[in-house]
Amino acid sequence: MGYMYIDGMKIEYTEEKNILEVIRKAGIEMPTFCYYSELSTYGACRMCVIENERGGIEAACSTLPRDGMKIKTNTPALQKHRKMILELLLSTHCRDCTTCSKNGSCRLQELALRFGVKQVRFENNRPEKKKDTTSKSIVRDPNKCILCGDCVRVCREKQGLGIIDFANRGSNLRVTPAFDMDLCDTDCVNCGQCAAVCPTGAITVKDETEKMWRYLDDPTKRVVVQIAPAVRVALGDEFGIEHGENVLGKTVKALKMMGVDSVFDTALSADLTVMEEAAEFMDRVKNGGVFPMYTSCCPAWIKYAENKHPELINTNISSCRSPMQMFGSVIKKWHELSDDERELISVAIMPCTAKKYEAARSEFTENGKRIIELSLTTQELATMIREAGIQFAELEHEYLDAPFDMGGSGAGVIFGVTGGVAEAVIRQCSDDKSSGAVKDIKFVGVRGRDEIKEAVIHANGRDFKICVVHGLANAEKVIKATQNGETYYDLIEVMACPEGCIGGAGQPFAISPERDKRAKGLYHTDERIQIKFSDKNPSMNYIYDEIIRDKAHELLHVKYGE
Amino acid sequence: MEQKFDFGAVDAVIEMHGNEQKNLITILQSVQTEYHYLPREILEYIAKRMDISLAKIYSVATFYENFSLDPKGRYIIKICDGTACHVRKSIPILERVRDMLGVSEQKPTTDDMMFTVETVSCLGACGLAPVMTLNDKVYPAMTPDKATELIESVKKGDNEA
Repeated sequence: MGYMYIDGMKIEYTEEKNILEVIRKAGIEMPTFCYYSELSTYGACRMCVIENERGGIEAACSTLPRDGMKIKTNTPALQKHRKMILELLLSTHCRDCTTCSKNGSCRLQELALRFGVKQVRFENNRPEKKKDTTSKSIVRDPNKCILCGDCVRVCREKQGLGIIDFANRGSNLRVTPAFDMDLCDTDCVNCGQCAAVCPTGAITVKDETEKMWRYLDDPTKRVVVQIAPAVRVALGDEFGIEHGENVLGKTVKALKMMGVDSVFDTALSADLTVMEEAAEFMDRVKNGGVFPMYTSCCPAWIKYAENKHPELINTNISSCRSPMQMFGSVIKKWHELSDDERELISVAIMPCTAKKYEAARSEFTENGKRIIELSLTTQELATMIREAGIQFAELEHEYLDAPFDMGGSGAGVIFGVTGGVAEAVIRQCSDDKSSGAVKDIKFVGVRGRDEIKEAVIHANGRDFKICVVHGLANAEKVIKATQNGETYYDLIEVMACPEGCIGGAGQPFAISPERDKRAKGLYHTDERIQIKFSDKNPSMNYIYDEIIRDKAHELLHVKYGE
Repeated sequence: MEQKFDFGAVDAVIEMHGNEQKNLITILQSVQTEYHYLPREILEYIAKRMDISLAKIYSVATFYENFSLDPKGRYIIKICDGTACHVRKSIPILERVRDMLGVSEQKPTTDDMMFTVETVSCLGACGLAPVMTLNDKVYPAMTPDKATELIESVKKGDNEA
């Protein structure tokens, strides 16, 4: 706590962990490549340099504020310094900006423009490195890497994986998986957070929009799209709509304009997941099943468990398929029951890069055909909307298509935020189905941004201990604690991405407070939906009686590894 | 060439130094002393055993010039190319040795896995320049001919370096 002087302005600082945060609080947009408030400070890019009283140059991200400190953020020396750094970064950077998938959202491009780098005096004499396209979810192009280490730190610190790291040193320094393995051969879980934090096009999400356009153009294909809960509160970011605003209606309209035959809401199949998962949970309670029970919606978490904790697969982890796959199965059955002769193409719009991997899993492929043909990210959808020239912000709302036009219940919608799955299951298991009960559940402790949350609920005459965790490094802590017997939980919800699917790598990139607005958007939607409980969703009867019939186990559950 | 690794010995090394991330370098050094290089299988084993990501271990192993990820020959020849040795003509020695064994900078080890030829920046024995070492035994004031002679004697089995 104290005061410092930034460019002559007297600024108060309190909790800020470095002067970069104080400078930004003062309304000055300091440039950075390697700084994220949620990751450890690395201090490598040197873009956030400031000049101290003695004319010395320091990196703002790794300098603590001191009372009475006087700094300047924009002097000729600093300008020259920043420009030189950019020029040097560009000297070894491939410069095919116009064809780069990060064109328009690349930080290197943005800062080069902002600091007026007009020419690069140095020749790029590096031999071209091989692009890695082996992953189902992400593409790594080492020629565009600026060695900021953001991907290395997010993978290690948030996911506890460390799939990629620096190798060699000096001018040979590079970021790579161990032994230059292809990503598909590593234990990468496809969460895509490395791509989300990458300031350039060095790590990007696999682009499959072309495939989608081809399906839409083909009259022999019946293209059916489902939209995940978290997408509706993030897509607007790409079109200047207020953060966290629910744009489901506009999204449906845009998809219809592109030629999609039917648009459904994954929140509906999230209700199915709640029904199945709550039933599974209560069945375990009654028949002495395995505890803790882990949720199974997050494909990155499933892959992580397969790699690191195979003992949890097909035992502790719920056998429920993810909402995307459940809806896939329902859509497939529904299509078979209809008299539509066209080939079904089931597409999912997801906040997630790991869903691309999940869709391709052998467990979800029948006779060589995937249940979900294509899983596109929120950002890919935004790209398609722009390509089509649709003025998204101006669009009228359109309703979902029959027969699933009811959409999801409030419980299904909150699946998109950390704690949502747990809250939905608690609602389902709760004996009291009044609106007062819904309010009470809201405050048991499953909501909020905390990385590990605990809650106790009372149902069926006893207490249940619930844990909600996001980030796989945090999940590992919880798993270890339960396995050591340090703590006990009945139900554990795991989401790999920060704050759950709203922070998914397929979303427009955001850190809190913007990300928190997405959570608020989902909770607000829940409040406005009359139906709060999954089993009260009238579509459930229709789906169970008319489509699934006696095939619930076959269509909605999975045994991994088969 | 099938090579079996003794993971029990690796366990012993880890136990000796302590199973903590900070001891990784000393553990890698011990492994390299044993095998003359860092076998991938052992690094993978260490990663699991010490709960350090394989990419991190690879990062450490590639950072230090002293660690090698490629198998080395039974005899490791180091030719000093520090300033003192260089001006006293270490390069002709290096060229002769490489010619003789058919190796290069890119491929420092002979196909029969007998010899590995490396340069070092200084062995700290400038008074004896130009210096060459054979499995850490120092040979002072070398000439190309003396180097040839030394290698021939090793090949014949006269030298037990």
